[in-house]
Amino acid sequence: MADRLARATPAPLAQRMRGLSDRSIAWLFIGPTMLLLLAINIFPLIWTIKLSFTNFRANRPNATPIDVGIDNYVSVLTDPDVWAAMQTTAHFVFWTIFLQTLIGFTLAYLLDRKFRGHGFWTTLILIPMMLSPAVVGNFWAFLYQPQTGLFNVIASFISGVSPSSFSMLGEVPLAPWAIVIVDVWMWTPYVMLICLAGLRSIPDYIYEAAEVDRASKWRQFWSITLPMVLPFIMLAVLFRGIENFKMFDMVNLLTSGGPGSTTEVASITLKREAFEKWRTGYSSAFAIILFVAVFGLANIYVKALNHIKNR
Amino acid sequence: MRKGISTAHSVVDPSSGSQWFASVVVVFYALVTMIPLVWIIMTGFKTPADSISYPPKIVFSPSVEGYCNLFTTRSRQTDEYLASLPPAQGRCEEIARSQRMAVAGPSNFAPRFANSLIIAFGSTIVSVGFGVMAAYAFSRFKVPLKDDLLFFILSTRMMPPIAVAIPIYLMYRELGLSDTRLGMILLYSAVNVSLSVWLLKGFIDEIPREYEEAAMVDGYTRLQAFRKVVLPQAVTGIVATAIFCLIFAWNEYAFAVLLTSGEAQTAPPFIPIIIGEGGMDWPAVAAGTTLFLVPILVFTVLLRKHLLRGITFGAVRK
Repeated sequence: MADRLARATPAPLAQRMRGLSDRSIAWLFIGPTMLLLLAINIFPLIWTIKLSFTNFRANRPNATPIDVGIDNYVSVLTDPDVWAAMQTTAHFVFWTIFLQTLIGFTLAYLLDRKFRGHGFWTTLILIPMMLSPAVVGNFWAFLYQPQTGLFNVIASFISGVSPSSFSMLGEVPLAPWAIVIVDVWMWTPYVMLICLAGLRSIPDYIYEAAEVDRASKWRQFWSITLPMVLPFIMLAVLFRGIENFKMFDMVNLLTSGGPGSTTEVASITLKREAFEKWRTGYSSAFAIILFVAVFGLANIYVKALNHIKNR
Repeated sequence: MRKGISTAHSVVDPSSGSQWFASVVVVFYALVTMIPLVWIIMTGFKTPADSISYPPKIVFSPSVEGYCNLFTTRSRQTDEYLASLPPAQGRCEEIARSQRMAVAGPSNFAPRFANSLIIAFGSTIVSVGFGVMAAYAFSRFKVPLKDDLLFFILSTRMMPPIAVAIPIYLMYRELGLSDTRLGMILLYSAVNVSLSVWLLKGFIDEIPREYEEAAMVDGYTRLQAFRKVVLPQAVTGIVATAIFCLIFAWNEYAFAVLLTSGEAQTAPPFIPIIIGEGGMDWPAVAAGTTLFLVPILVFTVLLRKHLLRGITFGAVRK
């Protein structure tokens, strides 16, 4: 008590000090993050923009780059391969997010029933997302092997077709789904974990009030659970959307874009242009176009998210 | 403090019927999703021949050959040379000898694994440290252009890594940071700090301002209130965020494969290129994958309670 009194005594002075320092604390706290991002993200971004207007080739650093204006942008936007890659990416992003959200939310909702042992099972389910997408892609290529691959053996056991009659990674109609399956296997737990956090953030008293009002479970789900978890789901979708739009590592190790260019998502095309054909200027322009596209979509999305949160 | 009141026999406790249904579905999903992983771990203990047999072998005689191949390099030798060697020391040497090979030395797996550990933990400390400060400032203070700054921070994560890699490589070469652990720590910190700020801001937003305000009325300064009131309340969120950052840095492949080649190379670009005689050495790859998973698995299990309580900031409930 005495201690409390002693601390309370200089309050007016402290109050004035605080009034002065909040602003500087704010900048002191935000500063390091901003500096790091300026050095490692913004500076390279500006460099990329600069390169995108030249014919620079990273494998010929001594050649003087020539200013080519917007030629690179024009050739990216008129390149049918680029549009094919964008379609492949859109297919991949849509189906992975749709399935992950559906399964992830369902699992989180079931886990929130807090049955005996739910902690153990949650931990088990979380494991796939902890592995490296590159290592996972590499290993699923093993599981997808025709005939001896475990996936093929199990799929043939269920469906009855011969395990050597199909190749998930080698056939044009199957390959896009092969990468979707691996991504869903891997990242559903991520969406589940964020949904679970959302479900746990709903205070019991809201349900208690609903019970008192005799609202049905069904009504409680649609009027309480879903709206309150929605910002969390939207955040999970945002992060998965951005990550999968940039998807490179898993697909690179599963199919490297093949067969043909069936699974060539945007990042794989970018890597081919930048590190195999060494068209640095062209690929910089492609990168900027991709960035602007995600940036624009995410901007609209975040506005919607804030709108829902502030409701 | 008063947690007993709201939890015991509350009207909102799920019925035992719904619990039973939920447990059946969840357990089924968990078991199915585990099959590939169990298969990875099993393959690590198979011989190369067993790993690609048809039908796939569920029962097999375990071998440490995969782990031997992961950690050693071997060379094929003539019978005369092998006969001239001293008796085999250890299991790996015995296996190699039985295939008319001799262990030539350690492989690069151990140093690559150490690089992964150093870079992942280093970058997590930086990004969560910076992130919690920025998140607090964004959560509590009137920052000009707050939404724009927050969106700017998020937007840095939208750039495809391949696109950033070229200028980063040129920049690092100028600064002497190419293929160094410090360079990779800085790079991963910058990538992770956006996730860190966003997740932590969400967590800190849910801690009632009244707690700090009460502490400040008691004479705490703003910084003391941050350290002694907000940080302890945010522990769950900080831990969850740190795990996400760790997972990312540990698993990162695109930057690692494009920017590192030797000294600072991490495990993910290394594991897929383990090749034996006549193709992929799947047991060695599986062994590497298994070992690669263990540190994070242990870490997650230790922190399970924090993860599972999720967001029990439950400000209103307390």
